[in-house]
Amino acid sequence: MAVREFAERGADLELVGIQKRFPGFTAIEELDLVIPAGSFFALLGPSGCGKTTTLRLVAGLEEPTRGRILIGGKDVTDTKSHERPVNTVFQSYALFPHMTVIENVAFGLKRRRIADAMGRAHEALRLVELDHLAQRRPQQLSGGQQQRVALARAIVNRPALLLLDEPLGALDLKLRRQMQLELKSIQEEVGLTFLHVTHDQEEAMTMADTVAVMNKGAIEQMGAPEELYELPRTAFVANFLGQSNLFTGKVVATSGNAITVEAAGASLIVPTARAQRHQGEVTVGVRPEKVAIHTEEPTATADRNVLGPGRVIDVSFSGVSTQYLVDLGVLGTVLVFAQNVGFGPIAHLGSEVWVSWDVTHGFGLDDEPAETGRFPADTSTSSIAAQQREALVTELEER
Amino acid sequence: MAFAAFATTEAQPQAPKRRSRIALFLLLPGILYLVLFFLTPLISLLLTSLQAPSEFGDIGQYSYAFNWQNYVDVVQLYWPHILRSFGYALAATVLALLFSYPLAYFIGVKARRWPLLQSLMLVLVIAPFFISFLLRTLAWKQLLSDESFIITSLKALSLLAPDAHFTGTPFAVIFGLTYNFIPFMTLPLYTTLERLDLRYLEAGSDLYANAFTVFRKITIPLSMPGIVAGTLLTFIPAAGDYVNASRDFLGGPDTQMMGNVIEANFLVLLNYPAAAALSIILMAAILVLVGVYVKRSGTEDLL
Repeated sequence: MAVREFAERGADLELVGIQKRFPGFTAIEELDLVIPAGSFFALLGPSGCGKTTTLRLVAGLEEPTRGRILIGGKDVTDTKSHERPVNTVFQSYALFPHMTVIENVAFGLKRRRIADAMGRAHEALRLVELDHLAQRRPQQLSGGQQQRVALARAIVNRPALLLLDEPLGALDLKLRRQMQLELKSIQEEVGLTFLHVTHDQEEAMTMADTVAVMNKGAIEQMGAPEELYELPRTAFVANFLGQSNLFTGKVVATSGNAITVEAAGASLIVPTARAQRHQGEVTVGVRPEKVAIHTEEPTATADRNVLGPGRVIDVSFSGVSTQYLVDLGVLGTVLVFAQNVGFGPIAHLGSEVWVSWDVTHGFGLDDEPAETGRFPADTSTSSIAAQQREALVTELEER
Repeated sequence: MAFAAFATTEAQPQAPKRRSRIALFLLLPGILYLVLFFLTPLISLLLTSLQAPSEFGDIGQYSYAFNWQNYVDVVQLYWPHILRSFGYALAATVLALLFSYPLAYFIGVKARRWPLLQSLMLVLVIAPFFISFLLRTLAWKQLLSDESFIITSLKALSLLAPDAHFTGTPFAVIFGLTYNFIPFMTLPLYTTLERLDLRYLEAGSDLYANAFTVFRKITIPLSMPGIVAGTLLTFIPAAGDYVNASRDFLGGPDTQMMGNVIEANFLVLLNYPAAAALSIILMAAILVLVGVYVKRSGTEDLL
């Protein structure tokens, strides 16, 4: 039962209680996800978080250990890969080297015996502006061109659901920007559902309507990019999606619409609505670009959190903005992004400064930042497997 | 000789063109070897094939001439053997391919996760080489002779007619050829299948191709270099083989191949020009067949 007709429009994807175990480690712990039809959904996470496994499960290239997969309301968990109305743009592109570009693009159409396969393939190639290279072999194209062929080969089939597995990973920055915009416009044009897997937070935020941040086989937070950025719920999201300054302390006072957290002697106010927890230990965060730097002590007001004095220990100029790293003693360090509206930096290395931010810009997290070493832990799939194996071996030896 | 056909299709990267005495010096032993042991015998063979019987000589005495009639004679006399040789070789090549492909696929693709199993199976494929193939063929002759357990059992079960033979039939010769050349087929197939990128197969099934179509449209074309190498390594020696078809082994009077005829002309009939002419015909025919095959298989950009 091949899918013989084109999808009229995108279909919604539903993952219910998905779990995927590989010998030695669990790639996906427990995953529930609904992607509405016609949306551009990004699955964002570090390597080894299970995002590619999720994609392969949806494509039918892996079987879930547990759970159901529904596409357009139809259960496809036991459906073979070639019978699913899904196409993938692979990270490696996987263009068939023994076929020409046009044969590659027409491959899916021919399998489904769709009339005028060649005509439609040429049309798809025109969409990605590569029709003039139709007779070439994939190896004769540049990386960016191959990527566009891979995209054409997938969208020509008008799948209900298009899966993108870090397809822009191999491109240089400029081409990447261009492809991001093209992908977005193609998605709007053809109205398909896109599921995009990436570890590049900027890519996810610029392209997707909805971003889900995945960590260690589970979704940490899901929402519109702005929402996720402005109000991260966990320390992982706060640090993976952009950068954050985090302070942990006890809640000492609760007023009508704000809580006060005392962290190492300084009191920080966070709006109740922007905090996930309202008592006990709470981690408060603020984005570096929301923080202002002062060379003189600002007068304390109720609507600003002020910290200081501290010492500037690093200044790095990056054109549009300058990054300051301020050492606040027991409170740790604070990162400040200041726009270069004037000439030259406001503060110099070693000078005494204060930092402040609008109370409404702070956020309270659901968890504490994990104690990380100097280098973040290696969380790639293979290292997780190796660690699990080691743990298993020691466990067996102890018996 | 057969690999000349290969070499022409392989796109060699252009080396910087610089006249170097050292390169020439290093090439000298190889060139000398080829001139001495390939070119000289080839010319000698060509000259022998054109010889005419000495006017007052004994049997087996010939003098140099330009007697191209030799070629016409051998073709007229031995055309059934020539056709039979290529027919048997073709059948054996096809059978060996059908047998070896699944085997090589299993070792090279399915067993990738277990390197130990992979090497063990490869050793098993090569293991028969440790025993001379003459002995192995003789062993088959015994196993398949009329008095053997296999044949008597088959006859007892009426699966074989009471007066049927196996040795001495074309089936026996093709069986022997297939058996003896299976490792030559399996190893090149294994080397290409071992490098087969499974992501192409996944991409194929993602693009609505079922398992059979993926195999036909992706796996087979991508393993073409191995198929071409394996079939050449089987077909060429099989066409010239004279052991399996020989009466002393698995063949009979009706299964003689070119190799047997050449042997008979050379050693028994002492008709050296005929033997030489047959050899030249065999060589030329193989060259033409292989050349056409390599060109048509279109593996230039995969090799």
